[in-house]
Formats: sequence, structure tokens, C-alpha cells
Amino acid sequence: MSKEWPLWEVFIRGQHGLSHRHVGSLHAPDAEMAIKNARDVYTRRNEGVSIWVVEAERIAASSPGDKGPFYDPANSKVYRHPTFFDIPDEIGAM
Amino acid sequence: MPDALFEYLLRLGDNTLVLGHRISEWCGKAPILEEDIALANTALDLMGQTQLWLGLAAEVESKGRSADDLAFLRDVWDFRNVLMVERPNGDFGHTIMRQFLFDAFHLPLLDGLQNSSDQRVAEIAEKSVKEASYHLERSADTVIALGDGTEESHRRMQSALDLLWPFSGEMFLTDAVDDALLVSGIAPDLSQIKPIWSKTVEKTLREATLTTPEDDFAHSGGKTGRQHTEDLGHMLAQMQWLQRAYPGASW
Repeated sequence: MSKEWPLWEVFIRGQHGLSHRHVGSLHAPDAEMAIKNARDVYTRRNEGVSIWVVEAERIAASSPGDKGPFYDPANSKVYRHPTFFDIPDEIGAM
Repeated sequence: MPDALFEYLLRLGDNTLVLGHRISEWCGKAPILEEDIALANTALDLMGQTQLWLGLAAEVESKGRSADDLAFLRDVWDFRNVLMVERPNGDFGHTIMRQFLFDAFHLPLLDGLQNSSDQRVAEIAEKSVKEASYHLERSADTVIALGDGTEESHRRMQSALDLLWPFSGEMFLTDAVDDALLVSGIAPDLSQIKPIWSKTVEKTLREATLTTPEDDFAHSGGKTGRQHTEDLGHMLAQMQWLQRAYPGASW
């Protein structure tokens, strides 16, 4: 067994109604301690109302090497942006 | 009985001041970054509470002294903290065990003080009780994790407990000051706080696979000011030297 504590990624929701945002990472022996550590490291200045933690190794990430095939095909496809619709004034900001 | 109230407020404020200073000594050198920050947060909470308790003590005394005067210009014999909190930090296990034994007392005490007949006392307690509740949650969890951890962490926690146990009884010793404040409804009954403390301590130590010492001998003298350990003098020398060397210095 490794003596190092696992790395956890921390997500904090700043206000009700907003989504959780990634704020950083920390080490902790288990999920419960990770939340406590996150409380102490990342919410000292009233930053949050809710904390999520997830073990960093449980996150599946896209590979930087796939950048071309993954993202380039989305370039210059303006018709995918909903900018061709007329939005009635009463709708307000969307 | 204003003198008893002054004395009592010093006890509250000196406990948080001395323990807060002690754990601030870990700042920058705790075993890991996360614990370092958590301990510093607890130290700051305790300092905030100190400011309120000693501020009120100074007001009650009404001799023109401030919370800062009380913290930085009193000598060892004027301090009213229990001996346990002035003990040097020792290893991390000793620090955490001391914190836990204190937190388990501090939370029900503040909880009781919320119902104080003195509005000012009740307000400070109400603000502090949330902080104390988190302190206890954290220190109890850490006691369990280390007690029920590796062979070495278990051994260190048991020896910390054995060392600190004779210092825990002083928190519940009562004298004329406690009696006077109990009668006037300002302070809760320590004999009712004791069973709450014991329950928390027993439950936590059992989960931590630690053996509770059976001896109930209690070192005393801190809370009454009769006799402190030499460690408090060393701590104050460090904490107060700037105000002593440069009276009135501020920034």
C-alpha cells in the first residue's frame, strides 16, 4: 500500500443556483477528510455553499494528443451556433 | 459579583488564547499542507474568540484596559487557562489529542453559555459554538484515524492520551467563581458538562481503539491561577516579547 494519500479534485458551488466549479486539488486519506480539507483550504473566505470531491484518478480525461481529430472538425461550422434565429424582444437576455 | 464575572471571562479567553497560540506554532511546519492550513484556521478561530472574551473581560473590569493589554501585558500568574492547553505541542499526535480533549469540553460549554443570562456572553457563545462544532468534528476524526491507523500512529496516540489524561480533569473542577456564575445564571453547570464530555471521549477513543486511562487524578492550578507550569512562561516570553520590548508598537 502506498504511504501517500491520494489526490482529490475539488469542486465548489459559490452560490445556490450556480454549478460547481473546479477550484483545485488536495491530498486526503478518504472522501470525508477530503471534504473537510477542502473546507479548510478552499472556503476560508466564504467561497462556497457546497463542496464536491472526486479522486483524481477516477476522472477520465481526453488526451491532449487527440486535440486535432477531437476539436478541429468543430471549426468553421457557424451553422451550429444559434445566431440565425430572430429572438423576440420580450424574451430578454438568453 | 463583577469580580467573579471578570475572572470567569479571563478563564474563557485565556483558554482560547493559549491553545490558539500553541497550535499557531505549527503554522508552516505541520506534517502536511492540508493539516497546516486546517490548524491555522482553528488557531485563528480561537484568536477571534479570545478577542471577544478578553474584550468583554476588559469592559467588565472597566479599568481602561483592552483585550490586547490583557493578552500581552499580563504575566504568568495572571493567566487563568487550564494547564492542559499550555502544554508544549509535542508531536502531532499529542497536539491533536489535546485539541480533541479540549474541543469535546469546549462545545458543550459554549452550547450552555448560549443560554447565559448575560446577553453579551450569550452572543459570543452563539458565534463561537459553530466554530467549536467544526473543531470537534475534525479533531475527533483525526484521533480516530491516527488511533486506528498504523502501529506507530496508534502508539503515539496512546502515549499522548496517557500523558494528557491527568490534565483533563481540571476543566471540570469548580470553585467559588463557578458557583457564583452558576447561581446568577451566567454560566452552565460544569457537573452537567462532564457527562457530555465523557460520552464524546469514550465513544471516540473506543472507535480509535485507544485505552482510556482509569486514574482520575487531576493536575490543577491553571484555572485558578494558583500555579502554572513553566511552559506557559516560555510561551508568553515568545508571544509577548514584541509588546514588552516596544511598548505600544502597532501596525
